[in-house]
Amino acid sequence: MTDILKPRDEQDVAEAVARALAEEKTLEIVGQGSKRAIGRAAQTDMTLDLSKLSGIEIYEPEELILSARAGTPIAEIEKALAKNEQELAFEPMDCAPLLGGKPGRGTLGGMIAVNLSGPRRIKAGAMRDFALGVRAVSGRGEQFKAGGRVVKNVTGYDLPKFLAGSWGTLAVITQATIKVVPRGEAVETVLVLGLDDTRAVEAMSVAMGSSCEVSGAVHLPVDVARQLSIIPIASAGKSVTALRLEGIPVSIAYRKDKLQKLLAPFGELGKLGPRDSRNFWRAMRDAAPFAGETQNPVWRVSTSPSEAPRVAAAIRASAKAEIFFDWAGGLLWVRMPGKAAEEWAVRSALAGRGHALLMRADPAVRASAQVFEPLEPGMAAISKRLKESFDPKGILNPGRMYAGI
Amino acid sequence: MVAMPALDQDVLARRAEIVAALRGIVPGEGVIDSEVGMRPYESDGLTAYRQLPMVVVLPETTEQVSRVLRYCHEHGVKVVPRGSGTSLSGGALPLGDGVLLGLSKFNRVLEIDYANRVAVVQPGVTNLGVSNAVANEGFYYAPDPSSQIACSIGGNVAENSGGVHCLKYGMTTNNILGVEMVLIDGEIVRIGGKHLDSGGYDLLALVCGSEGPLGVVTEITVRILKKPETARAVLVGFPTSEQAGDCVARIIGAGIIPGGMEMMDRPAIHAAEAFVHAGYPLDVEALLIVELDGPEAEVDHLLDRVSEIAQSCGSTVLRASTSEEERLKFWAGRKAAFPAVGRIAPDYYCMDGTIPRAKLPLVLARMRELSEQYGLQVANVFHAGDGNLHPLILYDANKADELERAEKFGADILRLCVEVGGVLTGEHGVGVEKRDLMPVMFSETDLNQQQRVKCAFDAQGLLNPGKVFPTLHRCAELGRMHVHGGNVPFPDIPRF
Ligand SMILES: Cc1cc2nc3c(=O)[nH]c(=O)nc-3n(C[C@H](O)[C@H](O)[C@H](O)COP(=O)(O)OP(=O)(O)OC[C@H]3O[C@@H](n4cnc5c(N)ncnc54)[C@H](O)[C@@H]3O)c2cc1C
Repeated sequence: MTDILKPRDEQDVAEAVARALAEEKTLEIVGQGSKRAIGRAAQTDMTLDLSKLSGIEIYEPEELILSARAGTPIAEIEKALAKNEQELAFEPMDCAPLLGGKPGRGTLGGMIAVNLSGPRRIKAGAMRDFALGVRAVSGRGEQFKAGGRVVKNVTGYDLPKFLAGSWGTLAVITQATIKVVPRGEAVETVLVLGLDDTRAVEAMSVAMGSSCEVSGAVHLPVDVARQLSIIPIASAGKSVTALRLEGIPVSIAYRKDKLQKLLAPFGELGKLGPRDSRNFWRAMRDAAPFAGETQNPVWRVSTSPSEAPRVAAAIRASAKAEIFFDWAGGLLWVRMPGKAAEEWAVRSALAGRGHALLMRADPAVRASAQVFEPLEPGMAAISKRLKESFDPKGILNPGRMYAGI
Repeated sequence: MVAMPALDQDVLARRAEIVAALRGIVPGEGVIDSEVGMRPYESDGLTAYRQLPMVVVLPETTEQVSRVLRYCHEHGVKVVPRGSGTSLSGGALPLGDGVLLGLSKFNRVLEIDYANRVAVVQPGVTNLGVSNAVANEGFYYAPDPSSQIACSIGGNVAENSGGVHCLKYGMTTNNILGVEMVLIDGEIVRIGGKHLDSGGYDLLALVCGSEGPLGVVTEITVRILKKPETARAVLVGFPTSEQAGDCVARIIGAGIIPGGMEMMDRPAIHAAEAFVHAGYPLDVEALLIVELDGPEAEVDHLLDRVSEIAQSCGSTVLRASTSEEERLKFWAGRKAAFPAVGRIAPDYYCMDGTIPRAKLPLVLARMRELSEQYGLQVANVFHAGDGNLHPLILYDANKADELERAEKFGADILRLCVEVGGVLTGEHGVGVEKRDLMPVMFSETDLNQQQRVKCAFDAQGLLNPGKVFPTLHRCAELGRMHVHGGNVPFPDIPRF
């Protein structure tokens, strides 16, 4: 049994890290543990559970900022925002459908640490773009802060953005300030049916390159579309390319008309109304087509949209994977048919033009695969030095991203 | 005035040898060592600070940059990168014992990729040059600093520059996807690319806004956006700045994020109007320019809502642009605010704090008191949407002690910004100018952690030293761990 420490405040966190340093023990940092199954399988001596470090401290809708303690549930934050018609624009993923466990879990600290953004990434930006300020405890046991509580700030290095996506390997975030924004009053979705991957990416490119302000662009090949529980998608019997429009109704009506005209030459059009749209885009956010079971390995591959059809074809050729496309083609969700991660198939198809993260796999599979994109030697050396600058003894989530980091 | 590190006499003694070696790397006129030749590089936009570099080098290829840096690294020579030299914080201020590495010859747009909505450009391309390169297809690059005709995209990356449209479209950091960067030891690394988000640590987040001390950026992949179909601006005048501030808060509170939302106070309005005749009302205390962009139907709808809100906040002037020409005229005054203020005083000193917007009335009132106390006038332009304040302090450098008073006044304003929950700089950077104020916002531990990041890139402190950090520590000293082996009291933390 590993020891679980539940700090009540930042001081507790600092003491826990100091203690771990003195005893040469390693710490696993967890919020609610919703993303615990992602990353390299690593052993730690103790668990630092931040779930008690909870609560929204400042929420000023008109300043577009919210500060909360790291263990604050994302659900609590989203609820507070919804009361003011605001939201987290980057659509943090609920990992439960993909990884198992109870839905709706996840904390602010974990959300920042993983920097996983949903379909709106292409328009609104990534999670890291909304990270404004942090308080944290480094692997040196030192409490520090960076960034600020205002939306525009260039004072000092942008450590809040840097800590986003560092998977708890640099510092324990104890409190964070994020940018929050008004949410679209209404939502609708335009569908194009029956496109192959290449045509679909072209269609999405036309949509994204127009002034229609598309806030989501996914393509589901027919084998994936069939698995969704949203009737108009599942029953189409064809591949579905979906484009989301959000905003005020008068604007959506105009943009929908324009978008339909742009897309008509590509194929048969369809649409989703507001309710189906909401369900559909939540499903895309959570990679729901690959939920239902939690066994087969799933990759999350980021590349440039026009590379995507080629990368998908290459992966399918060697691994018979199911694949769907988000981010107008820039994000591929890949599910392997068996138990094996088929890492070679993914990495050789990508050939360094982007990065691939093994989002789901058994611990045994994760132990033998590179979960994160391997780094070029120069980048690996800098990453190692950066790790050492925050956590010289390697006690925070050691090995979660890379061996030795 | 902020003191720069003492000159390294040993390096200066080797100047001839260093210049010769650099000539071996960058041929012809790419190495400048004459005083007249170097004079144009002696300062950036923060003209109160001037210093001739030891030598100016203007490389043309990444390979040359790499070799120059490797040479400097091997021979312990400091390097200051420079784009167009418009920094307002002294980021590109040369060092008397250092190489000034100008990127002006890196002026090509390398690739425009409409399918992926990105452009790959060299760092010396101007900000506006990027937008111009993609304008034919109706695209643009969103961050638009007022200096956009002159400033370089490399400088924008280093400073994480913003502009009047960054409330809606983000700053530089939100609009770039990748860079090629040369480290101080000459190694060339690629960070990011055409794909969104990075694989390992987000080094782009560090590089953007770092002010040049991590590496020399030699190529940048930026996102480009389709231009909105229409844009209209509305001028709104208020009898008090409180009302204007309230109006801004209520617009955002109503869920509207305008393309731009700028505020000017009375002195700034008067200066701008006298300069460009934009048609600004002169009998108001605060003027807002609110720009809405998007499809025409949306813009018209939102314009109505903004007008209603403005009226309910007590606006006395409300004028919406009815043509593109008129919209540009509304902006002309704001965009020329700095030079306009420059006409009414021999010199001005531009500050750049950000505050929580709700504190605006308090900050303006305190600023008026300070203005009297220091006997110097101040005009305010304000990126009202995001709380980024640009007080312009008017002074005359030829009058004894006025510069010093202006600097003290400015420092007091920035302290005030931090005191009310804001920050020292919203977009211009710390540089030399605000370096010694960093402790107002950050503890020594905070700053040490930031410097350790710098050490991970440049352990000898050769790239742009003397900027950003008030105290320079040796990397070895910062890296040391102080573990109190066994002496740590067992923490009283709940265990399970
Ligand atoms: C009239 C005026 C208006 C302005 N308005 C705005 C505004 O609206 N918004 C705003 O944000 N800023 C504004 N600025 C400030 C300034 O224009 C920006 O900071 C700009 O990004 C600087 O670009 P530059 O090419 O001139 O960089 P420089 O001044 O040459 O350098 C700035 C910093 O970048 C580093 N650097 C430059 N190129 C590189 C490179 N390739 N690799 C690594 N480091 C590099 C330098 O070392 C230095 O630290 C304004 C300035 C002026 C004079």
